[in-house]
Amino acid sequence: MSETAIKKPRPKHLDLMVIRQPLPAFVSILHRVSGAGLFIMLPVLLWLFGTSLGSPESATAAVECVANPLVKLILFGLLWAYLHHFCAGIRFLFLDMHKGLDLATARMTSWIVLGVSLMLTVLIGARLFLLG
Amino acid sequence: MKSRIVVGAHYGLRDWLAQRVTACVMALFTVVFVIQLLMLPSFTHEAWRAMFAGGFMRFLTFLFWLSLFFHAWIGVRDIFMDYIKPVGIRLALHSIVLLLLIGYAGWAAQILWRL
Repeated sequence: MSETAIKKPRPKHLDLMVIRQPLPAFVSILHRVSGAGLFIMLPVLLWLFGTSLGSPESATAAVECVANPLVKLILFGLLWAYLHHFCAGIRFLFLDMHKGLDLATARMTSWIVLGVSLMLTVLIGARLFLLG
Repeated sequence: MKSRIVVGAHYGLRDWLAQRVTACVMALFTVVFVIQLLMLPSFTHEAWRAMFAGGFMRFLTFLFWLSLFFHAWIGVRDIFMDYIKPVGIRLALHSIVLLLLIGYAGWAAQILWRL
């Protein structure tokens, strides 16, 4: 009897394009995406770090580079990636300690992670790119 | 007959722990960095350099970069283990990432100890 139950075609809810992701899954995927993005852009970040700390001439080159709107946009994205990875990472550390595992809390902290990282990105981004 | 399945080299827990310890180091650095940045009298090239030239901040910054590279190694390796199935390609990608990160560590040291 159990065999017939197994043989019956059942829907497999594994198609990422079909299933609706719960919010914590969304935060988790963004954690991976932001981490991968930061890794890929590491040479750019190290270059900026090095040139900004080099001679005054090289620091000027760094400032000129950052003045480019496209570079600003990329840095804005990286700023979000760092902040999201930071906030979601802290959430995962709490989950590791079995804190906030119930669905209601997990959903709430997911919203907090998304909201706080976006808010900080706008605040710090505006400070960095519009004013100075 | 009972068949025992031997899995892995038991590096799982060590890497899991390392990823969290390095995360804590980076989080701590981030807080210290933001506080130092806010305490700068003015955002000039000299002040920016002086911020990292102090012994404590230089050490902490280097620790941050090393933690980041170790953290990135575990994270990127996990991504490859999830999505890249052919062993040869995965091995090649792992090698490239590992060598890149070792190079970055040297680069970070050179930036900080040139100050």
